[in-house]
Amino acid sequence: MINIYINELSLYHQTIQNHNMLKISNLQARIESKEILRGINLEIKPGEVHAIMGPNGSGKSTLASVLAGREDYEVTGGTVEFNGKNLLELAPEERAAEGIFLAFQYPVEIPGVTTINFLKTAINQIRKYHDKDPLDAAQFLKLMKEKAKSVKIDDQLLRRSLNEGFSGGEKKLNEIFQMAIIEPTLGKMDETDSGLDIDALKIVADGVNQLRSKDRSFIVVTHYQRLLDYIVPDFVHVLYKGKIVKSGTKELALELEEKGYDWIKTEADALESSMV
Amino acid sequence: MSFPNIQAQFEVEFENIQKKLNGQLDTPFNKIRRAAFEKYKSLGLPSIKNEDWKYTNLKGLEKLSVSFPKVSNFDSSIFENLPFSELEGISMCFVNGIFQAEISHIEESSKIKVMSLEQALEQNPEIIEKYYGKSLDLEKESVSALNVALASTGSVIIIPDNATLDQAVIIKNISDVRVSDISNNIHNLIVIGKNAEVKVVEIFQTVGEHAAVSNFVTEIFVDEDARADYYKIQDENDNSYHLGTTQVIQAKKSYFYAATVTINGGLVRNNLNLVLDGEHIESHMFGLYIPNGKQHIDNHTLVDHRKPNCESNELYKGVMMEKSNGVFNGKIFVREDAQKTNAYQNCRNVITSDNASMNAKPQLEIWADDVKCSHGTTTGKLNDEAIFYMQSRGIPKPEAVRLQLLAFAEDVVSQIKIEKLRDMLDVLIENKLT
Repeated sequence: MINIYINELSLYHQTIQNHNMLKISNLQARIESKEILRGINLEIKPGEVHAIMGPNGSGKSTLASVLAGREDYEVTGGTVEFNGKNLLELAPEERAAEGIFLAFQYPVEIPGVTTINFLKTAINQIRKYHDKDPLDAAQFLKLMKEKAKSVKIDDQLLRRSLNEGFSGGEKKLNEIFQMAIIEPTLGKMDETDSGLDIDALKIVADGVNQLRSKDRSFIVVTHYQRLLDYIVPDFVHVLYKGKIVKSGTKELALELEEKGYDWIKTEADALESSMV
Repeated sequence: MSFPNIQAQFEVEFENIQKKLNGQLDTPFNKIRRAAFEKYKSLGLPSIKNEDWKYTNLKGLEKLSVSFPKVSNFDSSIFENLPFSELEGISMCFVNGIFQAEISHIEESSKIKVMSLEQALEQNPEIIEKYYGKSLDLEKESVSALNVALASTGSVIIIPDNATLDQAVIIKNISDVRVSDISNNIHNLIVIGKNAEVKVVEIFQTVGEHAAVSNFVTEIFVDEDARADYYKIQDENDNSYHLGTTQVIQAKKSYFYAATVTINGGLVRNNLNLVLDGEHIESHMFGLYIPNGKQHIDNHTLVDHRKPNCESNELYKGVMMEKSNGVFNGKIFVREDAQKTNAYQNCRNVITSDNASMNAKPQLEIWADDVKCSHGTTTGKLNDEAIFYMQSRGIPKPEAVRLQLLAFAEDVVSQIKIEKLRDMLDVLIENKLT
């Protein structure tokens, strides 16, 4: 009897580990009348890191934005399931509360709102969503100090207006810090490497790597392979003209670094015209 | 005449006052009043054809039938529930223009002399003669002329030379409009001696929902090396009309620091006029207005740089919600003599609804050639990207909007140097921006 129970439990555990955290099926989206995503299919399991690469204008950032719920984009077809829920029905703040985090390519400056105050509000709103009591000032401060130390962000920065007057590196590190505090289950990094020198890049990548765990997944959107030396992906997908045209492991990124995107474009264009 | 009905009511009131004066018709004070009344009659209340009143229409006054209370049945328990009742300091409280000793707090002190206008006329007529109405331009300002004609009350505050007052001086004007529409005509005089220092708070409130038609004039004379903070706080009902002029004359090396915060008011017109009549003067003006509903808030400021080596600095901010209107007009004169003037002006506005509006107009007239002046006005919506950013961290949209508006308003509130007042304002602003 006990044996059966244990077996069932491990089976249950296995299904949890193997279930898709995120399942994107035939996702299509446009901005105004311009089609940008033209049928994306992607499945992500807990603990996996997926890199999305591709030439400029291929739809990489759009994918990240659509998943976060940015209003500028209209989803015209397809489905997105996140932990079994229909993600597309949720408001951006509900998606965040469900565990989705977007690290912005261009983090916004918000004058007059300190990072501390901003994050305290965010944390407590998310707790409210899950019917949990808010953290008081002391509890929050403790959490903040601990996380600031782990991602190596200067806590003086956090007392200033959010991102106002921050350097490029400080802004990106602040994104990682926010992610460390909010502890999402799916982190999306939108061109986190853009505008960073190699030292800043290492610090940011370190922060992300510390957050990697068997339950937390990442989508790393990047144009260059460079970032993937530091955040090593399990899978690499190439996006071109709004579709994933090639998927592979981290070796694919190296191949792209060496050969550029032209061969992918040629292959994909040939395939598309043969289908027409 | 643009507004015959309301103007007739003011004229009848003037005649009533005159009839009761008996033997005092020819006192210097009454001569000032009569001259002012003649001036008012020839000008009339301003219509929107007057460039200075283009965006603020007084036509709503026409439908009112106002009384001019001479007694009040004010129950002090109502006062206890009003915001700012716990603000500490030397205070003069007026209800419908009638001084209320029991809710005022006046201390005998060598550092300050506080009187009502009536008392000052008896005890210190020389002060009245020297200062009363002297800073005003009654040739052009018919509303101020009307105030001088009708006002028989107000506060007279004198800070002697070299006195530094730690306590705030609070002038509280409450309009009790529970029963009917009323008219208030109040004239304050604040005379700050050489090298003296004081913080003055003027608070305007209403109890009840009828219309209060208030015409307030505050004249402030800031003598050499004196330092004055002046906070004007308005929280009046949606049917109220507040026509207020604060006229400031600064002598050399003086420092004046104003913040005007309008929480609520039906139609508000604030004139804040500064005359920098000496060298090495420093002046600051801050303003915040957050109208909702159909509220209309108009701030006109004027800085007159008459002498060299002075600096003025101005920041007004507004949040216009629902169907409200905001108006800002900031004039800076730099006269030919006023070389080495630094004058800065900035007006920033946020509109949160398609039905709200803002008219902002900077006006610079510069006659000197060696000056640094800048001005800027912006009016826009909240940054959508910032709202999305906050949402993406789990903060619902209304809360994201509120956080941003509070941060926007805090730039002005943080300028107020009385902590308790700042805290009280924060609560009212938070409530309104929710």
